[in-house]
Amino acid sequence: MAMCASPRPFRRVGSAGAAALAAGGAGGAERRGRPAPLQDETLGVASVPSQWRSVQGIRGETKSCQTAGIATAESSAQARTHADAQVQTEAPEEPAAMAPVSQYDTLRLEAFLRRVEAMVIRELNNNWQSHAFDGYEVNWTEQQQTVSCLHTLVYPLAQGQGLHVTGISWNSTGSVLACAYGRLDDGDWSTLKSYVCTWNLDRQGLNPQQPSVVVEVPSAVMCLAFHPTQPSHIAGGLYSGEVLVWDMSRPEDPLLWRTGLTDDTHTDPVYQVLWLPEPRHSHRFQVLSAATDGKVLLWRGSGAGQLRLTKGFALAVQQLPRSTKLKKPPRGETEVGVTSVAFSSFDSSLFVLGTEGGFPLKCSLASEVAALTRMPSSVPLRAPVQFTFSPHGGPVYSVSCSPFHRNLFLSAGTDGHVHLYSMLQAQPLTSLQLSHKYLFAVRWSPVRPLVFAAASGEGDVQLFDLQKSSQKPTVSITQTQDGSPVYCLEFNSQQTQLLAAGDAKGMVKVWQLSTAFTEQGPREVEDLDQLEAEITT
Amino acid sequence: MTEVEETLKRIQSHKGVIGTMVVNAEGIPIRTTLDNSTTVQYAGLLHQLTMKAKSTVRDIDPQNDLTFLRIRSKKHEIMVAPDKEYLLIVIQNPCE
Repeated sequence: MAMCASPRPFRRVGSAGAAALAAGGAGGAERRGRPAPLQDETLGVASVPSQWRSVQGIRGETKSCQTAGIATAESSAQARTHADAQVQTEAPEEPAAMAPVSQYDTLRLEAFLRRVEAMVIRELNNNWQSHAFDGYEVNWTEQQQTVSCLHTLVYPLAQGQGLHVTGISWNSTGSVLACAYGRLDDGDWSTLKSYVCTWNLDRQGLNPQQPSVVVEVPSAVMCLAFHPTQPSHIAGGLYSGEVLVWDMSRPEDPLLWRTGLTDDTHTDPVYQVLWLPEPRHSHRFQVLSAATDGKVLLWRGSGAGQLRLTKGFALAVQQLPRSTKLKKPPRGETEVGVTSVAFSSFDSSLFVLGTEGGFPLKCSLASEVAALTRMPSSVPLRAPVQFTFSPHGGPVYSVSCSPFHRNLFLSAGTDGHVHLYSMLQAQPLTSLQLSHKYLFAVRWSPVRPLVFAAASGEGDVQLFDLQKSSQKPTVSITQTQDGSPVYCLEFNSQQTQLLAAGDAKGMVKVWQLSTAFTEQGPREVEDLDQLEAEITT
Repeated sequence: MTEVEETLKRIQSHKGVIGTMVVNAEGIPIRTTLDNSTTVQYAGLLHQLTMKAKSTVRDIDPQNDLTFLRIRSKKHEIMVAPDKEYLLIVIQNPCE
């Protein structure tokens, strides 16, 4: 109400003031027009009435508010009836109900076992003494009686340059075979260009003289290893000391990572590369490389296309354990050239190295002993050796750990011998002369505990079945007609009847093994244990 | 309970025995000396095979019944003692 009244006094006062000011202004103007000298004047007075009291007095209005009357009534509540009740948490009858079922079930089981125990024990004892199945062996699948050659793979460009096959590798699915070219008989520094080729053997229309993918490499490739789970990733070690990783599914630009030539890089040819799971991320892998500069290095691929060194080992002669009598080491540092690596199937940190000095070495990734070396490195180099085995009569070019026995491994060397070692003693369990020339590769079978294959300098691949004979090869496969050396071989761990071998004529042959080499016999694992136990004592 | 355990231990201690288990009528293992995944595999497969063997014997001669089942393989022998409610399965390596 009061607010509604406000506008009127404002308007009236405003109008009056405006009129008064206008009148005053006009008067001033007229007088200033005359050129009279300064003198005192008296102007009219403007009056502004007060708003405050008049507004309050005039516009006030008295009002009152009263809510409508609220009806109330009185009432009362009184319970007229009630009842008593009791609650008890225990159910006294339940134990009685449970007992018969439980006892009944146990009683029936006991009765069953009482009925059958005598019969079962009688059958167990009879079976233990029975000879009914001695000498009885079955093979229900179709038998492959002989070893035969499925494919002869050649890259004519490499063969035309007289390049050797230096390394082969099967991929994780077992369908792709990769092949590296280079030369193993050059003593001089080499500026040879080289190739890595892959063939997909499961592809229809396979052309043995036309690889699925060809990658040109600026230096001779010494070794290859396919990634354990990525079918198209492959690592290679070069004559120049570099390590590279390619993705063979990208023919236009296959190079994924490389070490480049840095202080960390090997200064001698890389003889072997392997993929290892990362310690805390087993689905991610690192590349391990071994070279004749005496270093074993672990690399991880980074986003910039660079392989970065994550861990390193160096082998110095003076740090080798004195478990065997070695020749007196020369003064000063001397590196031990590493030619091959094999990891135990039972202990992921344990590995065996083959060396140019001819002695296999038992090593551990977990070693923290500093290496006595002045080689520059961005990470500290460790000394990995735990044990030294008795040497071959020449450099060792291949080692292979048994997939079925934690202690057994094989080594092959230029003395033409394969040694079978136990990790627990320095002397070999047995020594087999397979060739009068060098041996370049030896591999255990992935499926038969007592079978291994060796690649010889006389041009053949020898398959040994220690169950049939521990002295003579069971099968000798002629790979090259003119006796040129076979440099590398690999069993296919997925399609276990396949074995690939590469030779100095630039050819890779894929052999299909007979069933006898791919199916495990009834007592074979026990025979392997017995073999170690008998020879060790 | 003690008698059940003792019986199973006696069987397990025999030469060449590498596993012992008891399976109920639904094929669920209720006692075993092997690890879980191996036990479940053996129990499921051998329960099916034993039911098939029982019905084979009974179909040939309704007066006949299966008393014992032995499976010989290259590496092991599997023995099954069937009953109305339970199977006792023992795996033995007779080559050891």
